[in-house]
Amino acid sequence: MSLLALSNVSVRYGRLTAVRQVTFSLAEGEILFITGPNGAGKSSLLRAIAGVTPPSGGRIDFADHDITGRAPEDIARLGLSMVPEGRDVFGSLSIEENLMVGTGMHSATRGWKARAATELEAVYATFPILKDRRHSQAGLLSGGQQQMLVIGRALMTNPRLVAIDEPSLGLAPNITDQVYERLIALRAMRKLTLLIVEQSSTRAMMVGGRMMLMRGGEILLDGDARALGQSEAMQAAYFGYGEH
Amino acid sequence: MGSLLQVLFDALSLGSLYALGALGIALIFGVMRLVNFAHGDVIAACVFALLWPSVDAVAIIFAGNLPWYLLIPFLLAIGAALSVASEIVVFRRFRRANPATMMIASFALGFVIRYFLLMLFSSRPKSISLLPSLSQPVEILGARIPLLQLITIAVTMAVLFGLTTFLRRTRFGLEMRAAAENFTMARMLGVRANRVIMGAFALSGALAAAIALILGSQTGTANIMMGASVMLMAFIATVIGGMGSLAGAVLAGFLLGAIATVMQVILPPDARAFRDAFVYGAVILVLIFRPQGLLSARGTKERV
Repeated sequence: MSLLALSNVSVRYGRLTAVRQVTFSLAEGEILFITGPNGAGKSSLLRAIAGVTPPSGGRIDFADHDITGRAPEDIARLGLSMVPEGRDVFGSLSIEENLMVGTGMHSATRGWKARAATELEAVYATFPILKDRRHSQAGLLSGGQQQMLVIGRALMTNPRLVAIDEPSLGLAPNITDQVYERLIALRAMRKLTLLIVEQSSTRAMMVGGRMMLMRGGEILLDGDARALGQSEAMQAAYFGYGEH
Repeated sequence: MGSLLQVLFDALSLGSLYALGALGIALIFGVMRLVNFAHGDVIAACVFALLWPSVDAVAIIFAGNLPWYLLIPFLLAIGAALSVASEIVVFRRFRRANPATMMIASFALGFVIRYFLLMLFSSRPKSISLLPSLSQPVEILGARIPLLQLITIAVTMAVLFGLTTFLRRTRFGLEMRAAAENFTMARMLGVRANRVIMGAFALSGALAAAIALILGSQTGTANIMMGASVMLMAFIATVIGGMGSLAGAVLAGFLLGAIATVMQVILPPDARAFRDAFVYGAVILVLIFRPQGLLSARGTKERV
């Protein structure tokens, strides 16, 4: 049984179609990279899954629920945690407050405060720099620290699936290495399902897992990251030559 | 010394009104980018909630006769309920509309409330004596300060302190601050949009009721236009303070109160009638040098 399943999902902004009839599914525990050039529709696809931009057609299922057109908070409460592009930290809130925002979704269940405290310590153990600066304003953090913060914040809600849009955007390569290292460790530790959008396929080839290539709003290739990354088809699809 | 103190208290109590009004506007603007021009009419409605509907010149006091410890919660509840109702009935339908559309809807709602009051109470100002014991003056260092002024300032400080504590220390406050900064991101973390917006409206309505109490006691009249002048100054305070910044709104509210009071003292008597022109002139100067407001709020581009 797949955790996330999309069938014929389209996203339209006015007359512009960003995503065309995309169909794929993601099993629990899987790691999936969606790569592709600028404007391929990767971010639009993620925003549709998270409920920020409702799809104009098709159907999205998550954790045995039809989430097509549902509100972002409802989807988050089902266990789908989204880390959008551009590291949306709440700049005027402290780091600890940033981390705590999402824990309220479990406030109806007993013992949620104790669990949130445990979760907080776990995030701090993974990203010690956040603990050192937990009372300072999140807006003052460096890009890499903000990326760690938003990933930590997504984990605080104890999600089943984490979707991350371009975690390496604007980060120095060695910082990106650190971020990925933690992500992979976390995934192993928590049996997380990961959906990561990246512009280039190099990271996917390093980490391994499944990779899909998007272009012009459609999925062109889908397969093992390492095998795909070295194939001719990948190069052709990415750069678009051989079509004319 | 005495008269200086008098000016200070005048400035603080006038500033208190503007600050409370500006907070009510900034709270709602923060979470949904709506400039709520119906706020002034909610204030007026709260004043009239103290009276029985009648078109006579003499007001028939109804809730106004309650002892203060019942009167205050009653009026706060009325304000909050009216404000939340306006969200559910009107503004919820405009969530995805652009800010200009929402603003016009708020004007329309304001007129509906105002004419509803007009129908029930007529447009004649009515004299009411609300908490009359508060108009007695108190002597402080040779200055005669009306007790009501002291209470206005004390109440405002208490409200500001209470609101700050609420926003900083409670879960709901945390969710509201997060939502004010980036609504979409807050929702993606499971923060319920409806709850946060209704909370902001409830707080804003309670603030309107607090202003109604102060205005009603200060002026001793009930007038369907009485919220409008406060609303205008409060709106200007939110703009100068930086739209959506609560601290900025409060700061600018007190600043406007101070400017207006000082102008009243230093302008030559012939020019005092044009005091507001000078106040607005000062506003223009502030905006020329800081168009983003004194304390600009972050992330004001994001919307629901």
